[in-house]
Amino acid sequence: MAELAPKTAGWRSHGRTRRSTRTVRVRTSAVVVAAVLLAVLVVPPLANLDQQAVDLSMKLRPPSLAHPFGTDDVGRDLLLRCVYGLRVSLLVGLVAALAATIIGTAVGAAAAAFGGWTDRVVMRLVDTFSSVPHLLLGIFVVAMFRPGVWPVIVSVALTHWLSTARIVRSEVLSLRSRPYIDAAVSGGASRWRVAVRHLLPGVLPQAGLAAVLMVPHAMWHESALSFLGLGLPTHQASLGNLVQSARGSLLAGDWWPTLFPGLLLIVPTLAIAGLAGAWRERINPRRRSELML
Amino acid sequence: MTHPGRKLPWGPMARMAGRRTLFAAPVLLVVTFGVFAVAAASPFDPVKAYAGTAGLTASQENLDQLRVNLGVDQPLVERWWNWLTSAVAGDLGDSSVMRQPVTDVITERLGWSVLLAVTAFLVAILLGTSLGVLAARRQGGWLDRAVSSAAYTLEAAPAFWLGLLAMWFFALRLGVLPAGGLTDTDSEVVTFGQVATHLVLPAAVLGVSQLPWFFLYVRQGVADALEEDPVRGARARGLDERTVLLGHALRSGMLPMLTLVGSRVPELITGALLVETVFSWPGIAAATVQAATSVDFPLLAALTVLATAAVLAGNLLSDLLYGLADPRVGFDG
Repeated sequence: MAELAPKTAGWRSHGRTRRSTRTVRVRTSAVVVAAVLLAVLVVPPLANLDQQAVDLSMKLRPPSLAHPFGTDDVGRDLLLRCVYGLRVSLLVGLVAALAATIIGTAVGAAAAAFGGWTDRVVMRLVDTFSSVPHLLLGIFVVAMFRPGVWPVIVSVALTHWLSTARIVRSEVLSLRSRPYIDAAVSGGASRWRVAVRHLLPGVLPQAGLAAVLMVPHAMWHESALSFLGLGLPTHQASLGNLVQSARGSLLAGDWWPTLFPGLLLIVPTLAIAGLAGAWRERINPRRRSELML
Repeated sequence: MTHPGRKLPWGPMARMAGRRTLFAAPVLLVVTFGVFAVAAASPFDPVKAYAGTAGLTASQENLDQLRVNLGVDQPLVERWWNWLTSAVAGDLGDSSVMRQPVTDVITERLGWSVLLAVTAFLVAILLGTSLGVLAARRQGGWLDRAVSSAAYTLEAAPAFWLGLLAMWFFALRLGVLPAGGLTDTDSEVVTFGQVATHLVLPAAVLGVSQLPWFFLYVRQGVADALEEDPVRGARARGLDERTVLLGHALRSGMLPMLTLVGSRVPELITGALLVETVFSWPGIAAATVQAATSVDFPLLAALTVLATAAVLAGNLLSDLLYGLADPRVGFDG
């Protein structure tokens, strides 16, 4: 989001105000991410509240002080449901992003390391699978393996490692031509040592950045699949399932069970993108940051 | 893009299209094989799915006969090859959820999806271009900041959620637009007026979900163009700001965006999958979701391959436009 600043802006650019807007944005993002993590990690074990507590006398109450997000069609508190939903979605997103990053890093590094035919075949396959729209490929995998937590994670991981593989491959290729690698090789370092001590530390920041940006994307995927009825089982209160189960109430005119789960998906996404943008500027100052969704 | 007297380079363009088509064949082959491999690895039994509830009461012999008929016992490669050869001959099998041949499902529904997608694209291009120019005119100004923030937020918002909220607001709260479908429920015939009113909400939502990308591209393109020599020259000649902005900056700023329109096909398909489902639009994307929920393999396989072909065609289109717009790029790719 730094393209708000002029392209010529260096670290010493005029415009104190510009720098401070950016600082504000990064700090806000950090606070939001911290708050989300805290809510997701601390509320469920500490708060002795039952998210499944049904209270039919309280059904479909609009947002109020007692229930800031209102209640759903069987009187459950939506704030609590949303926190649990975010927890499930975040967990699925994290696991899927981690798996995709591991696959992508391994494939990308192997393609760059072996070069030649291996590289060409692997990258052609990556191109081929990139031609299938991600959500469609995900839908196909989940449909064939029945909806459930693991099929969703597998389908999201299978569709997301492609971009990481490309990033890691090009990073390894560019690092390999640097003089310090030549120096290490001529100094008698083994292939393994060069890979682990010299190449890996150079690749990890880029792969890590891709992984962080992948988490909201994976959450988005999970909620889309769940919304289509192809995601997590309905008793798992993921954000997508919350929106899906709110459809009946929405058609009856009650907007809050739909609105809040969506907002809880958007706000962490923007916060993570804000933090990742600052990180990207640090490791790669010349590249403009963008949301990468 | 082209001067009145200049001839289009048909020859190189046709050669590029031909090369890409040759290239697309192996890609589609690999994708179809991948589809069959996933299906072969899945625990799902096509015979039970095909028989449906009748399968519960059917005798074992009948089920075995069905198994032979469907060719389930053949090895993976053979099944794939059989599907491929009959697909080339125009037979994609029968859809179990729609109870009709897959080719009929596609021909019936493709038109509605194309109508939706084209309308949504026009919405996104028109809105994105006008907002982009307004924002680029004063970068960092309040309008730019407001619209850019909105664009980032919109990019993070799931299309199905936008669709549901739009449906609630316009169809339920205001009651000005229908909530879904292609025609009113009591109507027997499809009339132009009905389709038009039913198209507004899904097309607007799909368009708005594609909007951030168009907006950010035009904004960046126009802002960059405003810094370049032609604009400086135009200003030095004393042309008024309006002409400079629309005649010079927008023309060169929009070019990269228009040439990349074709590469947005995957996002458009993703959006259509969600929006068509929300609004029960009788298109091909909604059929894909139905096929997936009821594990209708023949339909799902055909639609996956079709979507891949659409993506490849979109890429070709965008490369052709790019070569036309910027002669330095050429048609070698």
